[in-house]
Amino acid sequence: MLRYALKRLGSLLISLIVASLVIFFTLEVVPGDPASFMLGINAQPETLEALREELGLNATKAERYLSWVTGLVTGDLGISYTYRSPVSEIVAERLVISLPLALYALILTVVIAFPVGILAATKRGSLTDVAVMGGTQLGVAIPNFWFAMIMVLIFAINLRWFSAGGFPGWDAGFLVAIKALTVPAIALALPQASILARVMRSSLLDTLSEDYIRTSRAKGLTKRQALRRHALRNALIPVLTIIGLQLSFLLAGAIIIENVFFLPGLGRLVFQAISQRDLIVVESVVMLLVFAVIVVNFLVDLAYVWVDPRLKDRT
Amino acid sequence: MNHLLLGTVTAAALMTGAAIAKDVTVGLQLEPPHLDPTSAAAGAIDQVLYSNVFEGLTRFGSDGSVNPGLAESWDISEDGLTYTFNLRAGVKFHDGTDLDASDVVFSLDRARAEDSVNAQKALFANIVSVAAQDDTTVKVTLSKPQGNFLFNMAWGDAVIVAPESIETIKSNPVGTGAFTFADWKQGDSITLTRNDGYWGTPAKLDGATFKFISDPTAAFAAMMAEDIDAFYGYPAPENLAQFEADPRFTVLAGNTEGETIMAMNNKLPPFDNKLVRQAVSHAIDRSAIIDGAMFGYGTPIGSHFAPHNPAYVDLTGNSEYDPEKAKALLAEAGFADGFTTTLKLPPPSYARRGGEIIAAQLREVGIETEISNLEWAQWLEQAFKGYDYGLTIVSHTEPMDIGIYARPEYYFQYDNADFQKLIAELDVENDPAKRTEMMQGAQKIISEDYVNAYLFQLALTSVVSSDLNGIWPNAPTQAVDLTAVSWAE
Repeated sequence: MLRYALKRLGSLLISLIVASLVIFFTLEVVPGDPASFMLGINAQPETLEALREELGLNATKAERYLSWVTGLVTGDLGISYTYRSPVSEIVAERLVISLPLALYALILTVVIAFPVGILAATKRGSLTDVAVMGGTQLGVAIPNFWFAMIMVLIFAINLRWFSAGGFPGWDAGFLVAIKALTVPAIALALPQASILARVMRSSLLDTLSEDYIRTSRAKGLTKRQALRRHALRNALIPVLTIIGLQLSFLLAGAIIIENVFFLPGLGRLVFQAISQRDLIVVESVVMLLVFAVIVVNFLVDLAYVWVDPRLKDRT
Repeated sequence: MNHLLLGTVTAAALMTGAAIAKDVTVGLQLEPPHLDPTSAAAGAIDQVLYSNVFEGLTRFGSDGSVNPGLAESWDISEDGLTYTFNLRAGVKFHDGTDLDASDVVFSLDRARAEDSVNAQKALFANIVSVAAQDDTTVKVTLSKPQGNFLFNMAWGDAVIVAPESIETIKSNPVGTGAFTFADWKQGDSITLTRNDGYWGTPAKLDGATFKFISDPTAAFAAMMAEDIDAFYGYPAPENLAQFEADPRFTVLAGNTEGETIMAMNNKLPPFDNKLVRQAVSHAIDRSAIIDGAMFGYGTPIGSHFAPHNPAYVDLTGNSEYDPEKAKALLAEAGFADGFTTTLKLPPPSYARRGGEIIAAQLREVGIETEISNLEWAQWLEQAFKGYDYGLTIVSHTEPMDIGIYARPEYYFQYDNADFQKLIAELDVENDPAKRTEMMQGAQKIISEDYVNAYLFQLALTSVVSSDLNGIWPNAPTQAVDLTAVSWAE
């Protein structure tokens, strides 16, 4: 197990180094100067030069890459060009929304998908199964921003149960904050739950037709017992893969939902930073997301082995 | 006993007063990058802070007039070179320190310093020296007379800041205004509270929250759900009719300082030929653009000047919509079969929507355009700095900016010695009547030279709760001045 973990850790490090190079040099190629963006169209050339000097934009690319990477290693993400405050502080403020939102949505996804998927698999071919398949098909097909807008229309504008968006902050109280994240989390979770339920169903159906299930049934286990003791655990491998992908997606890919609900999350930060050419913020946040994705994958890899110890020898 | 009774009555009166005054939540599309109006061009900084938190020597009124601000009065020397400002006594910054002449000296010297990063450094270019005479008197000496010096000092980029708080101004702005900065939830909102020690008429509101909502659909939802009381510069004109029909809301349609133009690259053939520029101007139907791209909001213009300015001349007649004339002019210029050029569009909807309509109109007279949609940073790099464009659409939102036509290196590369001379003379002219005459002359020159195609004055549309009074309908500068805003009783 330890050797397996170390091997995974090594590939994790290499991925990070390659990612940092790719991120930095792709962004360097993008045209646009953060200083001219900040000073607008009336600025004098000498003022622009003064600002470029102040921001450290006049150093060479190699120097800037090195100072960025050494900063990353020591936990210093640099100073944002446009906001002029430490990137780590800005990111931390956004993470307290993005991370809980992603986890909230993921919990909803799992809570919805597991029972629905298992139900559909055990009642294969029944009316319930048809309804689940149809419903999840719809859930996958509906774009989540459209679904989000419909929910705003119903719950915020007509019923007035929730506000149309925004985030009051955690200091406003846990329940108040959770309430503000509820509608966005549902909007994010619905398509993910639909996907996961379908994966759960088909994976379970595959394992249910395996020989060892038939054997266990022949040995006298009820259908339910066989499912719980043997089928479910074996069906989890593809489900875990999908959950890992979904967590990464929910962390990084909530931009559109954040826009619909004007939540100050990471996605919106990156989006704004790109248009303002706040390169250091983009670089650091993307790097952080890459790190998160890699770590999630690492954990999923470990979880595979926990679910199915045979995998340890195969890699 | 009497004293006690009186005290109770006063307290009760104060309490009812407090019950009437309420908070307000104002929606804005863009969030300020930081909170220092003197070191960035971002209009959002001024929208939140100008007049509310920071004040200058002079200040803009809602009609664009220049009024006394921190300077209660001033004397201008005969030769127009010396301005002596008399500061108000007893003005305090929000951190409790006194405002005195040394703060003014500090602020102006900082803005014009060699390493200054002030986005409008040109405003201070003529200042030779700033000196404190005594605690409340400041003498500013100019290198040459400057007719619009008091106007310049009213800009958000010229507000008075204190050396004690300058280090942290970007996150904790300390000014002298009627509101004190309270909190900034980055990405979400900025909160201000009333400054009870304000030197002037105190604000009627207890406080204000600016909430940043960039997505037009989200702005609609927030307004409809009454999460916010007013949306200043409402981003989706297509919904305005719906708000107008709803008794809960009032729609304010006002003017901005934004001359929306289709700029032409005056040094790039064929636009170096005046006949071609004239043809382009006649090929454009402004009313179709205003209706199609702006849902009817916007005033046609024929030069680079705001229609609400007293010195405005209506010159739209110089470039009336006349496709036949445009074709004839093109033929005269040697382009009977038309030509192909680029049309580069920055992100705002006036440019993106307007660009599609203009492209169709130009096609009618034989001019083909290759449209490319650019982000602002790309636009600044390619079109603005690199002169790499044929046509582009931009709204110039700075007030009184006709002087940019006197800068031959400016992105439309217009180089006319007569115009440059006129602007130089205007700069040093103090007589109002002569100034008006000169400004009118300047409008005519660029209109008759067809430097750019002048489209419309950008409208400002705001949606406001019907019970809220005092939101400025017009935007003489990019500010949401809340000092006089109040709720109906």
